[in-house]
Amino acid sequence: MKEIISAKQAAGLIKNGSTIMIGGFLSCGVPDKVIEEIIKQKKNNLTMICNDTSFQEADKGLLIKNGLVKKVITTHIGTNPVTGAKMHSGELEVEFYPMGTLVEKIHAKGSGLGGVLTPTGIGTILEDGKKIVEINNKKYIFEEPLGADFALIYGTVVDKYGNVAFKGTTRNFNTSMATAADTVIVQADEIVDCLDPDSVVIPGIFIDYIVNGGVN
Amino acid sequence: MPIIQELSKEKIKEIIAKRIAKEFKENDIVTLGIGLPTEAANYVNENMNIIFQSENGILGLGKNQKGPNFDKKVVNAGGAFVEVKNGASFYDSQMAFTIMRGGHIDATVLGALQVDEEGSIASWQIPGKFVPGIGGSMDLIVGSKRVIVAMTHTSKDEIKIVKKCTLPLTAYKEVDLIVTERCVFEVTNNGLMLTELNPMFTIDDIKKSTLADFKISSQIKKMEV
Repeated sequence: MKEIISAKQAAGLIKNGSTIMIGGFLSCGVPDKVIEEIIKQKKNNLTMICNDTSFQEADKGLLIKNGLVKKVITTHIGTNPVTGAKMHSGELEVEFYPMGTLVEKIHAKGSGLGGVLTPTGIGTILEDGKKIVEINNKKYIFEEPLGADFALIYGTVVDKYGNVAFKGTTRNFNTSMATAADTVIVQADEIVDCLDPDSVVIPGIFIDYIVNGGVN
Repeated sequence: MPIIQELSKEKIKEIIAKRIAKEFKENDIVTLGIGLPTEAANYVNENMNIIFQSENGILGLGKNQKGPNFDKKVVNAGGAFVEVKNGASFYDSQMAFTIMRGGHIDATVLGALQVDEEGSIASWQIPGKFVPGIGGSMDLIVGSKRVIVAMTHTSKDEIKIVKKCTLPLTAYKEVDLIVTERCVFEVTNNGLMLTELNPMFTIDDIKKSTLADFKISSQIKKMEV
């Protein structure tokens, strides 16, 4: 059985300077209640790993707007002008990866691999400073695994064993991130006693804490 | 000097989207970029089976939801609430990029800031000015069997089809076709080939608004407008 905690308690686990992965694609499948509490508790100097920085007034975007993030490792910031403005003013460091590279770096960490070889980015500035590996006359960029102190993920239905099930397009980065952080917190729309094993997407062993997202 | 005809933004979109829609074949798996490329889906023959993929985790993407009760758990890569078709599936980002990077997409359509005569494309930043980022574009271009650029021929007075991209590349030598409101270029091993021309423009107009060298196909066709 996993411990069910409040969003406030979950945010309380995070320290200033922590590296946090946050699931979600824009505002779909984001642990928004936990993010709200991080903002209330003013946890700062954070390094945030996320697919995108959402919108300026929403979830991940609010962490940027409130100046709580010193560095963001992401794929796209075009939907949030505040991220771009803070990047240009030097207030925020932004490290870009192609989406498929970011997800595989996280997966590599979670699955104990030494890194990723990807053809994506060959012939572009993404090669700069990277190890290039040639296999069967094709070039690949070597990318290291990427983990975090915390993964804050979303689940539509989570059971008391920590098993996670999803609806629609809410899976996105949540599944990979669940495997790649020291402490994994899942915000659930609904907590049930026991999911049908056939419907489980993330096995409960990856989850440390469950937060009731309070939708139901 | 003849003045190049001004088309409305709506008309430009329509010409490009209509032409792009003709590129898809029965049972193709297609990923459309956000914005203008997405419009192409509106012009696909209803009787044709095209499977649209969305990089946030859908195969079998349908139209936008009409509401008023939206299912907010089903969105496309632009964040719009969408419907899915029979046979659709949802999956996570790792599977999305297995599909996209892994060579399982037949055609992708994307916008661009610059494209050059070698088929290289720049679309993710104008350093210091406009830096939206990469998103799924690099993986998609590298992994798709066919890469189609859909863009306005010029941006204000800026020429976008150039000899060599000056902006940071999204991908090197990956583009197969360039569709603008004025013409269609195929990217061949020997550079660009003008294959279709919007009858509202002359070849001279294209030369004036294109920095890349190009050959003119002996079978050049009229673009439907």
